[in-house]
Amino acid sequence: MQELINRAKELLESGEVARVLGWKAGDLPYNPEPAYFEKAEDLKDFVYNGFCGANLSKYMIEASKLEGKTMVCLKPCDTYSFNQLIKEHRVDRDKAYIVGVGCKGKLDIEKAKKLGIKGIESVSGAEMSDACDTLTFQTIYGEKSCAYADAMLERCHVCKGKDHMIYDEIIGESRDTKDAERFAEVEMIEAMSPAEKFAFFQEELSKCIRCNACRNVCPACSCRKCVFDSTKFDSAQKANVDSFEEKMFHVIRAFHVAGRCTDCGECSRVCPQGIRLHLFNRKYIKDINELYGEFQAGADAEARGPLTNFTFDDCEPSIVAERG
Amino acid sequence: MSIETNEFRPKIVAFCCNWCSYAGADLAGSSRLAYPADVKIIRVPCSCRVNPMFILRAFEKGADGVILCGCHPGDCHYTTGNYYARRRMTLLFSMLDYIGVENGRTRVEWVSAAEGVKFSQTMNEFVEKIHSLGKNVRLGDLRCKN
Amino acid sequence: MQRIGVFVCHCGSNIAATVDVKKVAEMALLEPGVVHAEDYQYMCSEAGQAKIQAAIKEKNLTGIVVCSCSPRMHENTFRSAAEKAGLNPYMVEIANIREHCSWIHKNVEEATEKAVILARAAIAKVNLNAPLKPGESLVTKRALVIGGGIAGIQTALDIADAGYEVDIVEKTPSIGGRMSQLDKTFPTLDCSACILTPKMVEAAAHEKITIYTYSEVEKVSGFVGDFTVDIRKKARFVDAGKCTGCGVCQEKCPSKKSLSEFNRGLNTRSAIYTPFAQAIPNVPVIDTEACIKMKTGKCGICSKVCQAGAIDYEQKDEILTQKYGAIVVATGFDTIKLDNYDEYAYNQSKDVITSLELERVMNAAGPTKGHLERLSDGKHPKEMVFIQCVGSRCSDGRGKSYCSKICCMYTAKHAMLIRDKYPDVNVTVFYIDVRTPGKNFDEFYRRAVEDYGVNYIKGQVGKVIPQPDGKLLVQGVDLLDNKQILKEADMVVLATAIEPNPDVRKIATMLTASIDTNNFLTESHAKLRPVESPTAGVFLSGVCQGPKDIPETVAQAGAAAVKAIGLLAKDKLMTNPCTAKADELMCNGCSTCANVCPYGAITYEEKEVNDHGIRETRRIAVVNSALCQGCGACTVTCPSGAMDLQGFSNRQIIAEVDAICR
Repeated sequence: MQELINRAKELLESGEVARVLGWKAGDLPYNPEPAYFEKAEDLKDFVYNGFCGANLSKYMIEASKLEGKTMVCLKPCDTYSFNQLIKEHRVDRDKAYIVGVGCKGKLDIEKAKKLGIKGIESVSGAEMSDACDTLTFQTIYGEKSCAYADAMLERCHVCKGKDHMIYDEIIGESRDTKDAERFAEVEMIEAMSPAEKFAFFQEELSKCIRCNACRNVCPACSCRKCVFDSTKFDSAQKANVDSFEEKMFHVIRAFHVAGRCTDCGECSRVCPQGIRLHLFNRKYIKDINELYGEFQAGADAEARGPLTNFTFDDCEPSIVAERG
Repeated sequence: MSIETNEFRPKIVAFCCNWCSYAGADLAGSSRLAYPADVKIIRVPCSCRVNPMFILRAFEKGADGVILCGCHPGDCHYTTGNYYARRRMTLLFSMLDYIGVENGRTRVEWVSAAEGVKFSQTMNEFVEKIHSLGKNVRLGDLRCKN
Repeated sequence: MQRIGVFVCHCGSNIAATVDVKKVAEMALLEPGVVHAEDYQYMCSEAGQAKIQAAIKEKNLTGIVVCSCSPRMHENTFRSAAEKAGLNPYMVEIANIREHCSWIHKNVEEATEKAVILARAAIAKVNLNAPLKPGESLVTKRALVIGGGIAGIQTALDIADAGYEVDIVEKTPSIGGRMSQLDKTFPTLDCSACILTPKMVEAAAHEKITIYTYSEVEKVSGFVGDFTVDIRKKARFVDAGKCTGCGVCQEKCPSKKSLSEFNRGLNTRSAIYTPFAQAIPNVPVIDTEACIKMKTGKCGICSKVCQAGAIDYEQKDEILTQKYGAIVVATGFDTIKLDNYDEYAYNQSKDVITSLELERVMNAAGPTKGHLERLSDGKHPKEMVFIQCVGSRCSDGRGKSYCSKICCMYTAKHAMLIRDKYPDVNVTVFYIDVRTPGKNFDEFYRRAVEDYGVNYIKGQVGKVIPQPDGKLLVQGVDLLDNKQILKEADMVVLATAIEPNPDVRKIATMLTASIDTNNFLTESHAKLRPVESPTAGVFLSGVCQGPKDIPETVAQAGAAAVKAIGLLAKDKLMTNPCTAKADELMCNGCSTCANVCPYGAITYEEKEVNDHGIRETRRIAVVNSALCQGCGACTVTCPSGAMDLQGFSNRQIIAEVDAICR
């Protein structure tokens, strides 16, 4: 982290960047939040640790409109989102100084809590300079610990890899934390009967409170005005009217990002109701891979997306029924 | 023949592209090839004009089946529209299937302006399928969960 | 709020027999916005239209719904009737209660119920209609023809004869194209040059035609009626204004080792050259790669011998920018490369030649002065074998899947000409099928077999093996006799598949004209609009659209010309107002919509916007309504719904959905 702060200081002081986009400590030991730093002395609040899950690439949409360059800290998986945003002309590559930060997997405090670790006062073992094998918590009930991997976000278990897709320089080491199959959950649902599937999603989606956190955090959901806030579809402002609305919202939201979603997992991370929203996105990704060939959004900033592309021999929609 | 009031009368929306399928439906009409009155056609310029939101909207408002008809691949009036529609609908239908909506409630069929017979047959089949699936309760307006 | 009138047509008994039209009108009155409803026997009649017009005026209607036959039948009728009564024609919607209702349902109650719902949907839509005005764009009265073969020449002549300026852009130093390389033409056996040369001369002399040879289209922008095209005139290094075409430079040029493109590389030409004697213009070009002066700075003989002083080694490429109303693509074809067909020994033996090479061999101006001889040793052949479908009708991916269409006929021609001129030569043709649809075509082929004794064998050739003695061993199969054939031949002629000129891909991209997997340009409709590209204002002439023989090419060239003339005859174009439009405040500028637009109608501009007090410059999609054809692909691909289609807007379609599902 110190190396990162030193470099940020250097860039700010030399005037090469006008601000730094990173994280600062939150009000709890495990909830750092995205922050801008405009002066070198402000960097004392800068943190970067295992809890810095937030994907900062979306913030660059606004930062691209500001004067001067912004140093932005991007983890390997965030760089996919950044590429996708370049492709869609939403961020200005020239306004960003991308520091690819090392990542050893990001943490989900809810997982720790589920392991019975409550009343947390401080955490150690989550610094990126640490081995990141064990997390030790000082709690009001005494010291507790768990394996780092056991408290990792779901998305880190299916990590896309430790390589940054785009960067100006890289600070810190990354490791591949993949230890599960990315589409295993999707496959499990696919194997259910229609009634089971319906019950599963009804259960999940009935939790939705339409807070729009998923939409606000999603780097692909970056529309100036969301179609669900638009008067042009007669679909605006209908939160909580009926469960169909939630279904429509999530199906359409996932459809709108299909072929553009990099599977960064932010939607699931921020959902206050713990809805596994990535199950929608990943279903589209799985279908796209299977039907139209492997595609990873954001792997580069040029490739044509699968929904703005076609071949004469594409499968017919009836394949959905045929493959059962 | 009178209409039984308690008989299931499905609501079926058919989106037809202006150049092929709508003309195919016209030909079915002028050839007097009957299909059930439950099918109501909405004219769109091209199959690629059909937004997944229209389909979900129809289900939300109580449709029991939605079918999209367009020009055969390679014959699109706008050259490429149906290719995009094909990918979009494939993914959408797959998603609907994934969340537990019976996959027979949605269908895409390519019907040319000369295929009045195919149009009529397709609609007969589709209505029959919807009859076998019964009323759309899963995607309908459920109001509340329990 | 709209004031809507609903008009229910009986269509005699066509509708009224199955649909209770009075009930439909009555129910329509209950719908929001409807202030008037009536039924009448024939709405499309003068009297019916008068009723609509009277109601528009009396009740101040802002929109109307006609419940009648298909909009494909009478939408325009009712639109113009409404327009005459002062209503915007796009405020008219049709509920199709004939083809989609009365004609297919027998039960009156059911059909009436459906008709009511269809009317309701149309009413819901018209409630959201907005007056639309077709745009206007001016037409530049000049056409561009890309390609100067027989297709391009014929198209240019036809357009010019109608009184419009035409420019022909031809890549090679002369117009004439493939046809100028042919010796005789089927099925009449006239000499190709004898029928083509007068057309070339006529085009060159035509006051309305300007020919740019040795030139290429470099850039195309604009749209139907108003294209702007950059043409690169490559440096000839010969001043066309001074050159008298005497030919002395070519005679004296010491660099004579370049393969002649015109003679398919069968002989050589000088570095300063005209492709053939009848070239138009008769002005040579200098091949910079072969010219000694260009390569070493020493020589300059052509300049010394040119009495007109036309040689100009300093000449540079020129870019000419010109405006056109219509563009005709006539880029023609070439034969495929035979690298995938090693078994025919084309690259191993000089005596295995393509049919187009045989044309040059048979031609009096060709490399052998028209004498049929083996290219390896100049000997007169005794046995000739023709192999059909080399690279055509290919299912293994090595060649083309399509039939090249012309080969059966030209092979019959070659066989007949050879047998006629050299009765001592045996001619054998290996074929899959002999395809001779066309006027006098089958008769022609029968003559080859019956009168000239050409030996046709149904079957394919597996291998051609060059023998040490210079002969060619042909291994084939006779499918009808079910036996293997081994035949010694002196020459083998390959009916090589034709493919679109490779440059067409570049040109299609510039024109945003679509192209199929075989690189043939796609027509707007395979049956009904075969000479129009889906891109408005771009027309297709000749083999660039698909394999064709000369009469077909000339017919299609004329058809393309008529379409171009039809366009040029207009002063202004009315554009379809049902086009896409981006909401500036919602657009993300993400370029996704442009990716799916088949017409290249969407561009992006940096625009100053005022979004509820926030002033900023944003990248925003702008639709060129002259190019947009209104398919709506962009509207669905746009995640924010910023892109909408006028006349088929999101809200309109949703209103119809709601009305039907109510």
